[in-house]
Amino acid sequence: MTKRAILCGLVLAVVFGATAARAQEKLEIFSWWAGDEGPALKALIDRYEVLYPNIPVINSTVTGGSGVNARAVLKTRMLGGDPPDSFQVHAGQELIGTWVVANRMEDLTPLFKSEGWTEKFPPGLIALLSARGGIWSVPVNIHRSNVMWYVPANLKKWGVTPPKTWDEFLATCKTLQGKGVQYPLALGENWTQVHLWESVALGVLGPDGWSALWSGKMKFTDSSAVKAWDTFGSVLACTNPDASGLSWQQAVDRTLKGNAAFNIMGDWAAGYMSTTLKLKPGEGFGWAASPGTSGTFMMLSDSFGLPKGVKHHDAAVKWLKLLGSREGQDIFNPLKGSIAARLDSDLTKYNAYLNSAAKDWKSNKVVGSLAHGAVAPEIFASQFGTVMEIYLGGKNALAAANAAQAIADQVGLGK
Amino acid sequence: MSWRKHTNQVTGLLVLLPSIVLVAVFVYGFIGRTIYTSFTDWGKDPSQALALHPKLHFIGLDNYRELFTGLIDSRFRQDLASTVYFTVFFIAGCLALGLALAILIDHKPRGEGAFRGLFLFPFALSFVVTGTIWRWLLQPGGGVNALPALVGLPPADFTWLTSGKQVWRFEWNALPMYAALALAAALAAIAAVTFRAGRRRRGALLALGAVALVAWGLLPGRAVRLLPFPELHGFNLAFVGIVVAAVWQMAGYTMALYLAGLAGIPEELREGAVVEGASGWQLYTRIILPLMAPITLSAMIILGHISLKIFDLVFAMAGPDNSRTDVPALLMYVTTFRGNQFAKGAAIGVILLLVVALVIVPYLRSQLKEGAGE
Repeated sequence: MTKRAILCGLVLAVVFGATAARAQEKLEIFSWWAGDEGPALKALIDRYEVLYPNIPVINSTVTGGSGVNARAVLKTRMLGGDPPDSFQVHAGQELIGTWVVANRMEDLTPLFKSEGWTEKFPPGLIALLSARGGIWSVPVNIHRSNVMWYVPANLKKWGVTPPKTWDEFLATCKTLQGKGVQYPLALGENWTQVHLWESVALGVLGPDGWSALWSGKMKFTDSSAVKAWDTFGSVLACTNPDASGLSWQQAVDRTLKGNAAFNIMGDWAAGYMSTTLKLKPGEGFGWAASPGTSGTFMMLSDSFGLPKGVKHHDAAVKWLKLLGSREGQDIFNPLKGSIAARLDSDLTKYNAYLNSAAKDWKSNKVVGSLAHGAVAPEIFASQFGTVMEIYLGGKNALAAANAAQAIADQVGLGK
Repeated sequence: MSWRKHTNQVTGLLVLLPSIVLVAVFVYGFIGRTIYTSFTDWGKDPSQALALHPKLHFIGLDNYRELFTGLIDSRFRQDLASTVYFTVFFIAGCLALGLALAILIDHKPRGEGAFRGLFLFPFALSFVVTGTIWRWLLQPGGGVNALPALVGLPPADFTWLTSGKQVWRFEWNALPMYAALALAAALAAIAAVTFRAGRRRRGALLALGAVALVAWGLLPGRAVRLLPFPELHGFNLAFVGIVVAAVWQMAGYTMALYLAGLAGIPEELREGAVVEGASGWQLYTRIILPLMAPITLSAMIILGHISLKIFDLVFAMAGPDNSRTDVPALLMYVTTFRGNQFAKGAAIGVILLLVVALVIVPYLRSQLKEGAGE
């Protein structure tokens, strides 16, 4: 009798233990931050585990810059009905055009209201995060796309100043070529060319024209949009012909060495130059808004969303609350080399460049980046490479514009 | 008790059954599923593409029509052209290099075993390793380009994998004409053979067919417009680097095949030929090479199907974003997993399957027929 009782007791204990283990909260987050960007995410996870010691965090990372590989893995998981509790995604159309329209994400408007975030983020950013009457992700950081980098000492040597418009840039380009700088603008591989294109297009169209392009109000075949391609072609004439073989860091190196005068790259270049190369912002390198875009902040943002049907809903919401809080953003961003999305971050924790960027973030007009998933859904962005190829093949602006509009029509851009 | 006689067959069937079921589900079942997906519009409507229960519509051959004649899919058409050029150079390079190495080793020099191992070793590497090694070697700023500097010449400046040059271009709208002319040439060759074999009427009919195809190709065929405007495709010089890496990897395999073949040639044949007064060159071209024909065919089939499906070598060497070294398998991955266009990716996959099947299936049938005949 006692043996049976002990056996029964053991079985019950195992069953309860198993259910307890299954019921234990944990949090699985999915991101592509590994390598250099790992420490920033780890600092956030450590803070979460201090706040909620009973919730272990599983950090599922898939390496690959800009999430190119992570997105493929995420799609397989989501299609298979096994969503991670929260996943990293570029804020804007990369999330909305893929997951929100497919009804896979939870609306975070109640969270934004309860945390008071609608006042703490710039309205331009909230607009980019919103669609169909809801807000869909919590932005952790902000990077700026339309920045032009240069070495102040070199510019002084050549007697030029950072150009304020693209026409000025082309004139400066000629001056520099006369001084022996054969390719004044350093350019790298494919995606950096799209990155350059969006700075040129923003400079030609202005922030309102740029936004109209993505809301469907302006067509790619409109004359001003076609003019953007022509300007782009002239700018390309000032770039190095071996661009396809260079990574973005190598293009920055060209500028620092003096082989080129300018480089248009997002402000992760500041992190590369100040942390990896140990240059002093303002002395070792200088920056300005891309020609024609001063007063506009072309943003890209890493954010986290909440898929529908996740296993650990409460833990995920707690994670999102940490991400959107002042404390969380100021833990993460100084390590990452970006600025906080919040307008009230503690700027003493950030370096000289980031302070300047944060000032612009508060005052400038905010628009979204194409190359980094803010304004165009994946189905458009992944085919934009073809448009770029069509243009580079024959420098035919009209052909590229027609192709872009054909793709826009096919995917229903702006609807 | 008659079932006892069939115990062997029954046991054999039972042992094979798990494999048959697994292959039926995971190979043919999935192939069927992919073919079905390629006939739908999955991916065109973003609201359904990644939904939990996507609503798909059957659209027939639309995806295929777009791939071959659609405005936006020029990348796919260039990939097809690139694959054809790559296959030709890859097979020619492997066969030539493999044969040369086999003939050299067949002369049994000192250290023959070591040389055999040395040349065969790259075949043991995976394509990813080969691709990474050659990517470093073919960097425009160093590696292979720095070699001439060792002998005092200026460093080479070919940009290898990032080269934008394209040669041997043809126009896509002229494809019906080229196809008709190629088919006519094949028919004419068969007609000549049939004629010589004595079947005059059949030969004459075939020749007539060839002439008709040429006439169609040059006149109405030219008017067939696959695309509304001209689109040039050609051989991207960026592929030269990939051909070099691929030949480096697979030449050892071809060499091993030829070595086995050469070893199978009886000594009396060679001695007899030399006694009859054949020079070295004639010995090879008249006797040894024709005997190598079946091996050449096998090697061509194997190498052909590797090159038609090639993915990991190109991914490791040039990445999925280099449109100049793009191949259909890479495009399928990018279309499906980046562009969320599952149906179009499936269509590319099915086209790849058909192209490889065109190569493999006749070969397998002829092998099986030979086997059954013996």
